[in-house]
Amino acid sequence: MKRSCLLSELPPHMTAVIVRLNRSDALGRRLTDLGVTEGEQITAEFRSPFGDPTAYRVKGCLLALRKKDCGTVEVAYE
Amino acid sequence: MSEFKIALAGNPNVGKSTVFNALTGLRQHTGNWTGKTVELCRGAYSYQGNSFTLTDLPGTYSLKSYSEEEAVAARALEETSYDCVILVLDAGALERNLGLALEVLCIAPHAVVCLNLSDEAREKGLEINHKELSRLLQVPVIPCCARKKQGLKSLAAAVLAVCEDPKQVNSFYQRFDCADSASAVLLRGACKSIAAHCVRRLRDDRKSLRDRRIDKLVTSRATGIPLMLVLCGVLFWLTAVGANLPSALLSRFFEALKRELSALCEMAAMPKFLSGILIDGVYTTLSWVVAVMLPPMAIFFPLFSLMEDAGYLPRIAFNLDRFFAKCGAHGKQSLCMMMGIGCNACGVTGCRIIENRRERLIAVLTNSFMPCNGRLPILIALISIFFANASLGPMASFKVAAILVVILTCCVGVTLGVSKLLSAWLKKEQTSGFMLELPPYRRPPIVKTLTRSFLDRTLRVLGRAAAVAAPAGAVIWLFANIKIGNSSVLQVCTDFLDPFGRFLGLDGVILMALLLGFPANETVIPLIIMGYTANGVMTDFAGYGELAALLTQNGWTAATAVCMIIITVLHFPCSTTCLTVKKETGSLKWTLLSMAIPTVCGVVCCAVTSHVMRLFL
Repeated sequence: MKRSCLLSELPPHMTAVIVRLNRSDALGRRLTDLGVTEGEQITAEFRSPFGDPTAYRVKGCLLALRKKDCGTVEVAYE
Repeated sequence: MSEFKIALAGNPNVGKSTVFNALTGLRQHTGNWTGKTVELCRGAYSYQGNSFTLTDLPGTYSLKSYSEEEAVAARALEETSYDCVILVLDAGALERNLGLALEVLCIAPHAVVCLNLSDEAREKGLEINHKELSRLLQVPVIPCCARKKQGLKSLAAAVLAVCEDPKQVNSFYQRFDCADSASAVLLRGACKSIAAHCVRRLRDDRKSLRDRRIDKLVTSRATGIPLMLVLCGVLFWLTAVGANLPSALLSRFFEALKRELSALCEMAAMPKFLSGILIDGVYTTLSWVVAVMLPPMAIFFPLFSLMEDAGYLPRIAFNLDRFFAKCGAHGKQSLCMMMGIGCNACGVTGCRIIENRRERLIAVLTNSFMPCNGRLPILIALISIFFANASLGPMASFKVAAILVVILTCCVGVTLGVSKLLSAWLKKEQTSGFMLELPPYRRPPIVKTLTRSFLDRTLRVLGRAAAVAAPAGAVIWLFANIKIGNSSVLQVCTDFLDPFGRFLGLDGVILMALLLGFPANETVIPLIIMGYTANGVMTDFAGYGELAALLTQNGWTAATAVCMIIITVLHFPCSTTCLTVKKETGSLKWTLLSMAIPTVCGVVCCAVTSHVMRLFL
């Protein structure tokens, strides 16, 4: 069964598919440039010692994002 | 025999600078973190009788001008017609790298793709069909490994071939307009299908698995922060201990040389005034700066470069970002702060890696709270004399390192506090998102890193310091030797400053030294010595012992040392840093603020500390 949640809520070590970015501002464009695009696979790898930011693996790169910056991104996982 | 203009473009941290260095033989500083090249860097090389000028564009993810670096890269590509653009791509992350590559190909007709980090891609279990990639893009694709100097000959040959045949145009040229959002979607689709065509997974990604294990150690709650503190401690311990012996040897050597020089001057019947200004002023100041600064820098910079090349520094930014986020600042500020420990001017320039104006201003204005290499030796000297003297035996050096770590932690605390205030003040400007790439761990080429960082950074910073110290020495000598009535100009000034100095728990000589040390903080201790010895001659001090005796004779106590440590960390940055702030912010207001903020903090802290200590001691 597919479950959907926000990227910031994706549990560590889980892989999901990005459904929607839900933002079209400069930050959204930046996310797109870095490979966070609809239909792409993304894995939550590990969190920083103080809980935020989290490192995500997307398109073969490791990218650290803050909760508030990726809080609009919807993802779906099994 | 022709001349060609070449540009080097690519994502951050794909080894553009390494390719640049390998082609030109120039020593541009390279490191394993995103946003290294902040200015356009030019170099030249020749191949088969043709000369090429190579421009290294800043690393960007696209040309859409989201950050300053992207704007610089886009402008350069649009305004100059390059004969060939070398696109450096990370073979291990081809799809994402193609995003920028296709945008560049849309505006630049002639290009060569340098498929760098091929060895890393193999470790990741990927195989790239470069012939297919070349067919799809209609540009030559050369697999390279710039660090090992593999594939560079073929790269140079391919560049020459492209330059000599301008009729051949790549398959994306002028097909899309990148500013248009519909085209952007099409280009993304193209990246995906090209990558799907050319990349094949052969094995599991063992390299990334290994990296995750290291990351677990480096960023987990239990081990991440302690490991960071221990590494910093070891770094400072090695710097403090390792520097002692060479420092002592150098000062002995300079002292001997000074005797020879004085004898020579006497033989040449040089006027007293001239020999005084040259030997007691210029030479002595210069030799002090070299003897005190060179050894710690020669140890600190190379070790720091090793951590940088291994990919550890972005992890520190990752670990600490929470605190910076709370203060309205950016995690990358911690990288600028670390560069600031080397040299505040470098740190201020490095703040360009922060895209958002507000967060960048915060980082620029607070950078001087990190004690640079000109001030670290002052701290080491004071700690060694007053808080960890040699009677402790071998434990003393550990104590010095431990106290330094505590002081630096306080510096970080002050930086965060002031950042918070500044961010509240600059509220109306917008914050940007935090996006930090964590590069793969790379084994740094140890010998090369050590020698290169010694030659590049150490000697450059030392050269800068020496260039300022020499005239400063002359000026100071004049100050000390020109008389008004019975006392020297220096004496008059220090007497004038003395009441205020006492109020801060210091004295007039120290304040005078800090003011005169504006061109280079390295000269502060020699200035203090000159002020106390009062005869206008800077005597040589082979070790901390004699310095300790002189300071205590002049009324220094542990309390004075504490205040001195505070004011050393918290006062206006040196002239070079101020000029850099002016250049980076383009505004006199921010430059003056960058001087005023630390000075006010320092004066307040010193006054409070000294008065509180007077109550208890």
